Amino acid sequence: MLSIGLGHYLTLAAIIFTIGVVGIFLNRKNVIVILMSIELILLAVNINLVAFSIFINDLSGQIFTLFILTVAAAEAAIGLAIIVVYFRNSDTIRVEEIKNLKG
Amino acid sequence: MIAHSVFFYIFSLIAIVSAVMVTVSKNTVHSVFFLILDFISISCLFIMIGAEFLGMIMLIVYVGAVAVLFLFVVMMLNVAEQKGQWFSSRWDGGNHIPVGLLVSLIIFVELIIVIGGWKYKPDLLNSLSINISTEVTNTRSIGNVLYTDYIHLFQISGMILLVAMIGAIVLTYRERAGVKRQSYVKQISRERDEGVDLVEAERNKGVKIDA
Repeated sequence: MLSIGLGHYLTLAAIIFTIGVVGIFLNRKNVIVILMSIELILLAVNINLVAFSIFINDLSGQIFTLFILTVAAAEAAIGLAIIVVYFRNSDTIRVEEIKNLKG
Repeated sequence: MIAHSVFFYIFSLIAIVSAVMVTVSKNTVHSVFFLILDFISISCLFIMIGAEFLGMIMLIVYVGAVAVLFLFVVMMLNVAEQKGQWFSSRWDGGNHIPVGLLVSLIIFVELIIVIGGWKYKPDLLNSLSINISTEVTNTRSIGNVLYTDYIHLFQISGMILLVAMIGAIVLTYRERAGVKRQSYVKQISRERDEGVDLVEAERNKGVKIDA
């Protein structure tokens, strides 16, 4: 309990990952919160990679985290651009009113 | 050691609570603020565990760029306050909530089972390692690897950022009517005959322009 090992970090990452998944499932407000949940999931993955990197004494995990960070930033920018265009066209981004994509 | 674990519990508690608040906040602006708090506490954890460079990069990239981008979009679209919309659904009477919670619970239990059943195998893990040296700093060792072994991936990630930037600009660009803009072609192709008009001025009468 008092000495923090790899399992603690993995558990923390599992909890945050699950909260992100719950945010995607239960969200009815708007699409921006779904994007934020995706950021939470990527954050949980980053925690896993960094914790393994430190505890295994291998630097590759931190390099991978750097690349995930890059892709997450690009994804957030593109997603927000799509949301802005959608809002401009149909004046809403509420999840239950988005039907133009036939999803 | 005790201080380390106490700080771990504090930061991870803040991270979990703020992650929950990101999901359940009624106001989207509050969600963005809790997202920022989450990123800050996780980067504190990274710095504690010994990955200082990644902790600082998390602060700069997420808090400085991504979260501010989210905040900007939320405020620009004016969708922040939506009263009474907390997990409510008009279409299926809120049936999705228990199902979603059940599926999430199963996912969480599966993850915990994997963590609990996982065993540390030192012989397997030492196969392809780039060892973390204790003599140089974290930033320096990342730089040593990133710009040599991973240089192609580094450049490709730069290309990804470029494509994302161009894509965002192309998606959100629109022509507006009635906006005065600069026309370089018109400016450059202007001749002396259009711009200069020689007028014979008479004494005590002045010159009438645009006659």
